[in-house]
Parts: sequence; C-alpha cells; structure tokens
Amino acid sequence: MGLMSLTALELGRKIKAREVSAVEAAVASLDAIQEKEKEIHSFLTVDKAAVLKRAEEVQRGIEDGTFKGMLAGVPVAVKDNLCTKGMRTTCASRMLKDFIPTYTAEAVVNLEAQGAIVIGKTNMDEFAMGSTTETSAYGVTRNPWNHAHVPGGSSGGSCAAVAAEECSYALGSDTGGSIRQPSAFCGVTGIKPTYGTVSRYGLIAYGSSLDQIGPIAKDVSDCAAILEVIASYDVKDSTSVHREDKRFTEALIDDVRGMRIGIPRDYFGGGLSSCVGEAVLAAARKLEKKGAVVEEFDLSLVEYAVPAYYVIACAEAGSNLARFDGVRYGYRAGQYEGLHDMYQKSRSEGFGPEVKRRIMLGSFVLSSGYYDAYYLKALRTKALIKKAFDKAFSKYDVILGPAAPTSAPRLGESLRDPVRMYLGDIYTVSVNLAGLPGIVLPCGRDSNGLPIGLQLIGDCFKEKNIIRAAYAYEQTRGNCAKGDSGCGAAAPWRLE
Amino acid sequence: MRRGGAMEVRMNKIYETVIGLEVHVELATKTKIFCACSTAFGGAPNSHTCPVCTGMPGSLPVLNRQVVEYALAVGLATDCEITRYCRFDRKNYFYPDNPQNYQISQLYLPICKNGGVWIETPSGKKRIGIHEIHMEEDAGKLVHDEWEDVSIVDYNRSGVPLIEIVSEPDMRSAEEVIAYLEKLRLIIQYLGASDCRLNEGSMRADVNLSVREEGEEAFGTRTEMKNLNSFKAIARAIEGERDRQIGLIEEGKKVIQETRRWDDNKESSYVMRSKEDAQDYRYFPEPDLVPVEISDEWIARIRKRQPEMQPEKMARYQKEYGLPAYDAAILTGDKHFADLFEAATELCGRPKKVSNWIMGETIRLLKEHGMTPDEMRFSPKNFAKLVELADIGAVTNTVAKEVFEKVFLTDIDPDGYVEEMGLKTVSDEAALTAAAERVIAENPQSVADYRGGKEKAIGFLVGQTMRAMKGKADPGLVSRILKKLLS
Repeated sequence: MGLMSLTALELGRKIKAREVSAVEAAVASLDAIQEKEKEIHSFLTVDKAAVLKRAEEVQRGIEDGTFKGMLAGVPVAVKDNLCTKGMRTTCASRMLKDFIPTYTAEAVVNLEAQGAIVIGKTNMDEFAMGSTTETSAYGVTRNPWNHAHVPGGSSGGSCAAVAAEECSYALGSDTGGSIRQPSAFCGVTGIKPTYGTVSRYGLIAYGSSLDQIGPIAKDVSDCAAILEVIASYDVKDSTSVHREDKRFTEALIDDVRGMRIGIPRDYFGGGLSSCVGEAVLAAARKLEKKGAVVEEFDLSLVEYAVPAYYVIACAEAGSNLARFDGVRYGYRAGQYEGLHDMYQKSRSEGFGPEVKRRIMLGSFVLSSGYYDAYYLKALRTKALIKKAFDKAFSKYDVILGPAAPTSAPRLGESLRDPVRMYLGDIYTVSVNLAGLPGIVLPCGRDSNGLPIGLQLIGDCFKEKNIIRAAYAYEQTRGNCAKGDSGCGAAAPWRLE
Repeated sequence: MRRGGAMEVRMNKIYETVIGLEVHVELATKTKIFCACSTAFGGAPNSHTCPVCTGMPGSLPVLNRQVVEYALAVGLATDCEITRYCRFDRKNYFYPDNPQNYQISQLYLPICKNGGVWIETPSGKKRIGIHEIHMEEDAGKLVHDEWEDVSIVDYNRSGVPLIEIVSEPDMRSAEEVIAYLEKLRLIIQYLGASDCRLNEGSMRADVNLSVREEGEEAFGTRTEMKNLNSFKAIARAIEGERDRQIGLIEEGKKVIQETRRWDDNKESSYVMRSKEDAQDYRYFPEPDLVPVEISDEWIARIRKRQPEMQPEKMARYQKEYGLPAYDAAILTGDKHFADLFEAATELCGRPKKVSNWIMGETIRLLKEHGMTPDEMRFSPKNFAKLVELADIGAVTNTVAKEVFEKVFLTDIDPDGYVEEMGLKTVSDEAALTAAAERVIAENPQSVADYRGGKEKAIGFLVGQTMRAMKGKADPGLVSRILKKLLS
C-alpha cells in the first residue's frame, strides 16, 4: 500500500516517527496526482516546485522541533475558494482566472502552523454554486468510483482527491451541503462544523450566513483531528465563536450506549432512492445494536428548507459577488465603452450560467416590493426550521438520515434541470440554515457500486456527539464490506 | 421680497419653505470602521488600505467599537433614543469608489432615533427634530484624469467611519438650517467625535427642500441638493432652490422629485438623477457582522464620560472666572476657543486678560488670515506668556500686539523673542528724559503751542518720544516726563 492509502493520522505518525519524510509524503502525493489527474481532474492548481520546497522546510521544522503536531508533513488539498497567499485562487471561475491573493485563509494558516503541506487547489462548482462540480469553468471532476458519474459538489474536487488517494485529506466549504453531499458521493468522510467554529476569513464568500469550512478525509478520526486544528476563534471574523470544547478527538469513543438517536420520518418520503434509504436504516440498526436508543420522529418543515435556503443563499451571493466587477482584480472584458459597459461585459463574460442564475435570483428576492414576500419570509422560515431542530434536540443527541436522495448522478444529467438539482439538497440545507454541525460518512454502496453516505446531525456546538456516533458506526463498517450494506454487493471500502 | 425669511410672497400667494437635512459626519477615530487602516486625511493614494477596505475576496469586516461609542455620544447629546439591539445592513449599488459594490450602513435598526436639538431663531427657541442617526462607511475617491481619459481610484477614504444624522423636515429658512448645523457642529466638536470641517468634507450636508402655500398641511414635492461645501453655499443653494421651485409652481409646472447637484460658482443646480432612475438598493442585513447589543452599563459609561457641554461651560466661566456673559458666550461658542482659554488661564491665572486677547486680537487675526478656529496652531503656553508680559507691563500694548502676531503665526516663545529683539518697555527715567529733551529741542512749534495752552500738542510730543524709543516706553510715563520738562 502506498503512502496515500494511509489515513492522515497514520501518515502523520510515520512522519513523526521518521519512518517517512515530509518530502517523501509530498512526492507520493504529487506522483498520485500525476498518475490520476487525467482521469479524475480533482485539481486546478498544483505547483510542484513550491510543494517540494515547502516539504523540505517542513521536514527541517519537524527535525528541529518546530512542528510537533499530528498533521506535520501530511499533504492536504485545499478547495479553490480558500485564499492562499501567492497561489492562484480561482473559485473555478473565469472571473478569477489569474487572481493571486495577498493573504491566506485563516483555516489554512492554522493547518500550516502545524506543518501541513498544501499540495494544490481543488476543483469545485463555480463560486461553490452547484451540486456536481460541473459548473466549474475549468472542466468537470469525475467520480473516482465510476468515471461516468459526478463527484458531487460543490467541494467535488476535494472529495474526489481524497477518494482517489491523491492527497491525505482536504478542506472543503459547506453552504448547503457542499462538503457532505460530495463526501457521500465519493465515499469519504466530511464534517460541516457548527457555524462560527472555523474562521471564514479568506474563504471567498458565497452565502455568508451559511458558509463553513470543514475537513474531508478517509475516516472519522482524521476529520476530528483536522477540525481540532482548523477550528479557532478569529478576531478577523466577527461571526467566529470562542469555543472551549475543541478537543474533538476526545469523542473518538466506540460507545453509544444510551445515546438518543432520532430518525426524521419526513426524510424517508418520495424522492429518496430505496438503496440509499435501506443503507441508512441499516446503519441506524447497527448503532441500535451497539446500545443507542433509536426512534423515528416528525421533524416537520422539511419541504420548506430548499426554497428558504435558495432565497437566503442567493440574496447573500448576489451581494457578495458584486465585488467582481473588473475594476480592481479579476477578469475585465477586452472591449468596452464606458463604466457600465465594462461592468456588464466583464460580468457577463466572467461568470458562468449557474452563477448568473443565482445572482439574478438573489437580486430579485431583495428588490423593492419583493423583499417581504421572499427574503423576509425565508428568514422567518429559517427561524422556524431552527426551532424544529431545537425541539428535536431536546429529545435526541443525534439526528440520523441520508445525505442525498440518491447516489452520484451521471455526468451531464443534473444541469439540465436546475430545480431538480436544487431539490437534491433537501437533507443538507436545513443544517446550514440552523447553523448545526453535520457529518457524512460512507454506509454502503448501491447496485452500481457507487457509495452511499450516512448523515449525522448534532445540536449547535455538539460536534462531539456526531463524531462519537460516527466513530462507533465506523467500527462496525467492516461488515459492510462483507456484503450487508444496503442493497450493494460485496464492496470493499477502498478503491482498488 | 424678503430674502432668507421663512415666508416668501409671490403673486399674492405666501409660500413656506420646508427643509430637512441629511448630515454626514466623519468620526475622529484613528482607524477605519471595519479594519485597522489609518483614517488620516491626505497620504499617498491607496497607502491607507488593506484587503478589507479594498473589497478583496475573502476579506471580512470587523466593527470598530469606538465608532459605536462616538455615535452613542452624539445620540445622547442630541436627546435621542438608543436602539439597544442595532444592526448593520448592506446597501447594494455599483460604483468604482465603492470597492465591494455595497456600502455597509444601517437601514432597519439605526443606532439612534427620535432626538432633537434646540436652536435660536429671531422668534425664539425652536427644536429641530432628529429622525435618526446611523453608522456607515465612507467610499473611496475617484480622480478623473482627462488627459489620459481614465479614472483612478484612491481607497484611502474607503471605510472611514461616518454617522449620518437625518433631521425631521422642521426647518423653514436658510438661517434655521445654518443655526442647526452650527449647533450640531458645536455639540460634535465638544464631544470630540469629529472636527466637522465642511471644506475638507468631514461634515457634509444634503438639503431636502420643498415649498408649500402657507397654511397647507401636506408637504410639497421635495428635491435633494448635494455638493454643499460651506455654510455660504448651503444658504445660497437653499435660496436658489426655493426660488426655482416657487417659479415652477407659479408657472403652473410641477416640481419633480429628484437629486440635484449645486454648482456654487454658477450659483445654480442641475439634475443628478430623478426618482424614476433612483436605484433599488436592495438593502438586507449584513451577514458578516453580528448585531450590536448596547447594554445599560455601556450607555451609563458613555453618559458618564460625556464632557461638559456648551451651556454648562458658559455658566461655569461666569461663576468660576467671573467673566461677563458676553465673553463666556463667545469663548464657549467654539470648542477651540474654550480649550485655548482654559489652558492659557491655567498657566497664567488671568482669565479676563486671556478672554480679551481671544475675543480681540485672536479673532481679528483669524479673520485677517481667512482662518477658522480649528486652524489655530499656537500653543497655550506661548499665548499665556504673552498675556502675562502685556499684563505686567513688561511690553507695551503696541509691542504686545506685534509679538502676538508672531505667536499666532509661528508660535514663537514671547520671552525669548522680546529679549532677543530688545522689546522690553524702557522705564529708565534718565533715558526717557534724554529722549524727551531731544524731542522738545527738535519741535519748538509744538512746544510753543503747548505752552500757549494747546493741551493737545502734548500728544504729538508723546508720539515723537515714543517713536524715538521705538515704542518700548510707557506712554503715561513719557507724558508725565514731558509735562515736567515743559512746566
């Protein structure tokens, strides 16, 4: 098994024990990228020379004791909407084709302070708007399990890079499911933390009140360890929260006895593929067998989450993306006459159709005469959804359900019907609207061999509950591979 | 036709002018409202900038608490209600001086509401209502290079904190508007919240004006006038706009709701934009900032820290320093005068003398040099020394005025200067007698006149002697010596 087959913590331990050097780890990652990129296309930017230079520095730092952490020397892929100083950051948009930030996102700064090696920047839906990574201006990313399928989105590049073992772990961002849904589609583990846990400074905003950065890795232990490093109170982000309880790895306990798990009945209605439903319920039964108290309940308001989400996210996005005007940085049209023509042409040529659709939608719902009917109503819905979750969490420690209604769709299927694509976000967006933490991990494979994800949702600041439940479930998962996963055939968890 | 009055009579109709103001005030914080960049005026273009105030992707605003404190101080001093849970909103519009293409402002929950200030009018005191005060960020500046046919943006001012004070439509004349602005400026300067310089743009007023027939209850259609950089421009613009609107009505035309720009050189205005092409700003709550919760303790702390305001200071000057009400009013009528008065009095202990020097020579020189009190650059220390030198008679009044001008312009040390230039009053009787004797010898005619009973002739002889002494003599002493010699 190569170095990239190891989990981040396994590789980190080997580097710490001087069995492997940071340079060897980086080379293994670069080689894997070289070998697989033609097929997968997870990355938008990989600067080989800079990576090797950084790896040498980190190795020296490990030797002289500067870097003592668990992740020192371990290669990480970073979603291309996180600013990296001196390294092109495009948001997979033509608009930012040659944009080189002057500063690094706080989450990445936190990782680098622990000796992480940023191996490259990953593909995504343009400005994180999409569920398939097909809206990228730089080509699609393919699902490593089946190249005819999408990896999901918007953090599709990060999830595919982890699944294809091109890197040890990755960072993604999640506004309406952008870490969790592609994690499900790619058979990897991802956490969307409680809003405010990870600083958004340096994350190019999509929906500011919903965006959170989170880890994507091979297993729950990696995710907990990475989250521990990237979570920080940051004075530069007013919405970041000072948290005392950041020792997420302490929750890696294989014990769910007495844990109360609720399954929303409303999550299992029409639209959910039977394969996914069965795999998720099988996972619930395993947790029950381990001593968790599992019951079904009515969450309510589930059908309102998607419309409320799209109104709020697009309203914020329309405003957040106004700064891309060709004046100071980014794409500017070649030919124009006067200011307004420059704005119009630069934005028309710089943005792709999905981004334009959401800017239009956002501008519409905020415009005078429609604000109350759409935006304000969406905010009220958001508050009601939060209340429904509050009620649920007064009874349960964890809410269990699917991450997406189906496994990964085929390439080219989704964008033809955007509304249908939006409805695919039904299980993820409410978590963002309520600011809750959610984890997705593999729980089976469908008849096509594509992964199915299990989603565990916790109350605000209760990451430990979902990490514990996920870890306990993960310990049982060996059985999955032997064939009792949902409706899938005998399926090993690693790609071969 | 009475210019500037509250009522305007035309064709037997009496018109009333209704005015409300939107006043923007740049706050005196050292750093910008949402980042740590300097707010200093001037500076090389784009030298006071960072990712936040240039709207770089991924940057986030962080509220400067001092901005809230200044806004609270102004709100409390203008009798406003404080919004305990206030919030910022985004105002969306595209313009290159606005780096994010939205301005962070307050629409739904402004920090202060429902206040007012009292102004003096010819018919007595009048309260001008304040509808609200809100906090917001300033934009950058566009420089148009006509030679190259390009525009260049300077973001130094982008993110400088502003408060916008929105009055009720309670003013009826240019005089009331000026009185209101002067009152606001006085309050804000006393609070140290801003220097309120109209010419540098740290205080900017937009005038909303409409006219209606006397007795009419409904307001007429209003226009908004921008680009008013001095009190004079404001007064001229108000009169110009009132006349324009009455003219339209008299011609049977309608006033159109629009924003107009005043050109003070041409003394006329032109349309910037009409209501039809008014933008939809698509305001919504700023998601990058958390709401500001203002506690009782915070308000109490600000209230406790509020400085002595003008009315109390004026009363104290009369009581503590025994100044006449007239002096106290002038000194407290400008914070810079009051500060100078207190500092100099503290040093030399001569309140009335200090007051006289401020009300006399200081104001005269300010006028002569076309300066405003905030532009005074001399130190209270040198000013106090000068007052003392004059008061103890170490220099004559004439010399003192000359020396003061030096202090006023270049803040010289009066002791050193008087010493160096040999300007001390000569009280050596022998020297004065010698000079007087020479003057008597050189002016036989005047001597004869004096001896012949023309008392006034002594004045000429005193003048000549003073001249011979280069002004450094006490004229009373010179007169006594001359009289003695001629008796």
